[in-house]
Amino acid sequence: MLKEHAKILQVFHSAGEIVGRKKLQKMIYIAKKMSFPFQERFQFHFFGPYSEELTLRVEELCNMGFLQETMEKKGGYHQYRYTLTPAGREFLAVNQVDIPCLDDCFTDMNGQSARFLELVSTILYFEGLPKEEVAEKVFTLKSKQNYTQEEIDEAYEYIEKLKKKAQTPQ
Amino acid sequence: MRLSEQLSEEKVFKDPVHRYVHVRDKVIWDLINTKEFQRLRRIKQLGTTYLTFHGAEHSRFNHSLGVYEIVRRIVDDVFRDREDWNKDHRLLALCAALLHDLGHGPFSHSFEKVFDFDHEHFTQQIILGDTEVNAVLRGVDPAFPKEVAEVIGKTSQNKLVVSLISSQIDADRMDYLQRDAYYTGVSYGHFDMERILRVMRPREDFVVFKKSGMHAVEDYIMSRYQMYWQIYFHPVTRSAEVILTKILHRAKDLYHDGYKFKHEPVHFHSSFNNQLTLHDFLKLDEAVILYYFQMWQEEDDPILSDLCSRFVNRNLFKYVEFNPASEYKKLTELAILFTKAGIDPDYYLVVDSSSDLPYDFYRPGEEEERLPIYLLMENGEIRELSRESEIVDAISGKRRTDHKLYFPLDFLKDVSENRAVKEKILALLEI
Repeated sequence: MLKEHAKILQVFHSAGEIVGRKKLQKMIYIAKKMSFPFQERFQFHFFGPYSEELTLRVEELCNMGFLQETMEKKGGYHQYRYTLTPAGREFLAVNQVDIPCLDDCFTDMNGQSARFLELVSTILYFEGLPKEEVAEKVFTLKSKQNYTQEEIDEAYEYIEKLKKKAQTPQ
Repeated sequence: MRLSEQLSEEKVFKDPVHRYVHVRDKVIWDLINTKEFQRLRRIKQLGTTYLTFHGAEHSRFNHSLGVYEIVRRIVDDVFRDREDWNKDHRLLALCAALLHDLGHGPFSHSFEKVFDFDHEHFTQQIILGDTEVNAVLRGVDPAFPKEVAEVIGKTSQNKLVVSLISSQIDADRMDYLQRDAYYTGVSYGHFDMERILRVMRPREDFVVFKKSGMHAVEDYIMSRYQMYWQIYFHPVTRSAEVILTKILHRAKDLYHDGYKFKHEPVHFHSSFNNQLTLHDFLKLDEAVILYYFQMWQEEDDPILSDLCSRFVNRNLFKYVEFNPASEYKKLTELAILFTKAGIDPDYYLVVDSSSDLPYDFYRPGEEEERLPIYLLMENGEIRELSRESEIVDAISGKRRTDHKLYFPLDFLKDVSENRAVKEKILALLEI
């Protein structure tokens, strides 16, 4: 009970502060694709894989006082920062989550930009397709992001690196 | 240009929400008559809601026809001569609208959760696989099934057509809000759809709404908000959903433990083994599921038979408000006491949160999470709805989440055994 909430809190325990809702969405999606046991369901939206369930769960965790959300104005839009609160830490101590390799993978992903994670998650969404078709999807569906072939290659390398991390407990 | 063969005479379906659903294209008529589409008659649109609102027996078949009709009105009337609308996409939009829910299974929310799959996966498989639907679509063009599947999967480059069927104000939501309001009999859920359609304007990648129609859009957002709390998040419906989920869990656990069922769940075997094929999936509908629930009341396993009896006879779990922030320690204590009382907490003590439900509110889509609703201002500028509308701003900024704790009160009130423990539980639950 409340296991799924605890798993999300564990992400913040591992990664520290996460800046941006989009970044958080992409991190959890990528982790799911790496077979980490998150239950939130994702669908492809205008800006790539997105989970309404995750948005609501984070909102619940903020309402419970386990996560702190800070909004800041950034040019024409708002950006949100999330950190684990002392009450959240206490909850996690009672409802422990033990997912091997989680810390390492989330720390790594948190060091990447939201733009890059959007590319990585889009590639993973189409992972069943040949590489050339995936690149075509990125160029057409994400035309406004102007991703280059180099960035796509870099994303593929990153996926391989992350897969290894996800299978190697530190 | 892709030509669509027309029927010699228009067909109409009488519909309580849109009055009539009009079909002129032969491909639409043929799709409706496929066995995969007819199966939707046997899947209720609102799952277990009929146990709360007895009128809510409408099916995904009705809803799918409704979504098709709304899109038909948009592309044939509202968009027809608009500069940004490509008429070649008309048939694609109509077929995607009609087929958008094709992969839904029986009581799909609980079923998908327990057996870990997504209905979108089966929608894709039905459209692209060896099915009657695929044969009809291939008759239009060999590439057409893939195009339709991509629109429904939201991965099509034709984002305008995608947004007609799936966005924060789309034909899907406009139909289900009105249809669910009609069949449940509630007075909310109504809005001026004709006005919304009249102020819709196509853009390259999405739809915008003329500022002059903002109040109609506000009304739609209000309807959405009220329907969520009054219908979709109704605590009694959630109780039925909790029991349904637990039945499926119990049956799956028993199967893997080698339990000998009196009524062998042959229709569930591939789901239990995480190998649900399209062939097996298409055999599942709510009549089949309810048959098993009826028969499983006679099983020797007391938990399975009890849960099925509760669902069939509507003897649902009771609930109390639950605040995880201050009561999570109490929950651990309750679980221990339930075990002591001989009531398995894995099946009989359940926290249900609003994030467990498949419905959402309007969000302005900050930080590119989701595409928001855009208003087209008189000077040609485009602005996000909540920045113009105080009403929408008030609703979309307001946080509302909800948690409830479900349990079988009748078990706890039966003090013929474990009286002291049960009294302690009741005291903790403040009943």
